[in-house]
Amino acid sequence: MAIKAITKSGLLVLAAAGAFLASAGARAEQVGDFVLPSSKAAKVENCVEPTEYMRRNHFEVIRHQRDTTVYGGIRSTKHSLAGCVDCHVGYDESGQPLSVSDEGQFCSACHDYAAVTMNCFDCHATVPEGESWNHETAALHGHLGIDLAARAAGPDAPAHREGSQQ
Amino acid sequence: MKPDKEKIDNGRRSFIGAAAGVSAAVVAPGVVLHTVDATAAPRTEPVTDLHRWGMLIDTSKCADGCSACVSACDRENGLNLQSKPLGDDPLKWDNQRAVWIRKVKLQDNTTGRITNLPLMCQHCENPPCVDVCPTGASFKRADGLVLVDRHTCIGCRYCMMACPYKARSFIHEKVDQKLTRAPRGKGCVESCTLCVHRLDEGDISTACADACNAEGHQAIVFGDLNDPDGPLRQALRQVPSRQIRQDLGLNTGVRYSGI
Repeated sequence: MAIKAITKSGLLVLAAAGAFLASAGARAEQVGDFVLPSSKAAKVENCVEPTEYMRRNHFEVIRHQRDTTVYGGIRSTKHSLAGCVDCHVGYDESGQPLSVSDEGQFCSACHDYAAVTMNCFDCHATVPEGESWNHETAALHGHLGIDLAARAAGPDAPAHREGSQQ
Repeated sequence: MKPDKEKIDNGRRSFIGAAAGVSAAVVAPGVVLHTVDATAAPRTEPVTDLHRWGMLIDTSKCADGCSACVSACDRENGLNLQSKPLGDDPLKWDNQRAVWIRKVKLQDNTTGRITNLPLMCQHCENPPCVDVCPTGASFKRADGLVLVDRHTCIGCRYCMMACPYKARSFIHEKVDQKLTRAPRGKGCVESCTLCVHRLDEGDISTACADACNAEGHQAIVFGDLNDPDGPLRQALRQVPSRQIRQDLGLNTGVRYSGI
């Protein structure tokens, strides 16, 4: 009888563990598909690189870009962190951007799940605000002859983003 | 960084060679370079030492009591978004909040003459802050801007001690609000970047110079020290100017006239 009881409880434990793994798998799948429906990214076919590549290597891409930007002054390339935030930031019902690093938002959803701390947003802005270029500065510096139409299209049009990917 | 530097040096040599070679049209290379830059889209090539950005500040035009440059800098670089930590002494906060540009008033005690001037990072050719930085975070970019790479800054503040102009600030507390163009975080040192985000977009201007012009004072001329026909070099040709603490031999990018 005692042996039977042990087997029974063992089976129960196994079943419970199985159920837990299955639910974890389901959660992982959810997390894997995580792009906020309200973000610009939801309307675009692909990220700046194939999705699989970005999942595994986005940090390498960003780290490489940071040196290019800080030392070389190149800010416009497709791997810029400002670009990530601009495209992946979610919006609430009133159209206000929600911080990408807030709980449940694009960055932290996966990072919390994987228990990987990130500190990008200790310094970097978590919502697109005060980009290097906007309509106000464009108007102020019209005399410099910078192509305003191309820039004005920049932040809002996904088509332009793809165009700037070289 | 070393191979880059060698490459840049070669570029400079060939540029100088070309300029010297074309004796009749010496003016042309400078002019062409300037216009190319003024109409440039966001840059796709790393910066080179063909340009060296700098300023001329005419202290005789700098008005007493005007702080347009300071508030413009604050808005441009998100410094106005800083908030006093709860319970902090207001005086302490005044001393510790990040400031990139300050108005300084000088009085000659013998003559009683008062001079006003804005003081910010002087973007030295031989910057002491770069010499003392233990991690290489404080660096001089190829186009002469002295910047902090906050990814490698450990917040030791040696650079703040080394700077003769008291130009650098340390961020003591967590920063809640920041702008995309001006990242800012606890534990790093920062200072004037000559509005590097504008330069990188091909926009040859700074917030302080724009604000000063808007006020009608026109005390700040921003431009390329290497462009012999640019507005900055023209202005420098016309008025006598000097560097603050010229004796230190730092060859600053920011020059002052009337002091």
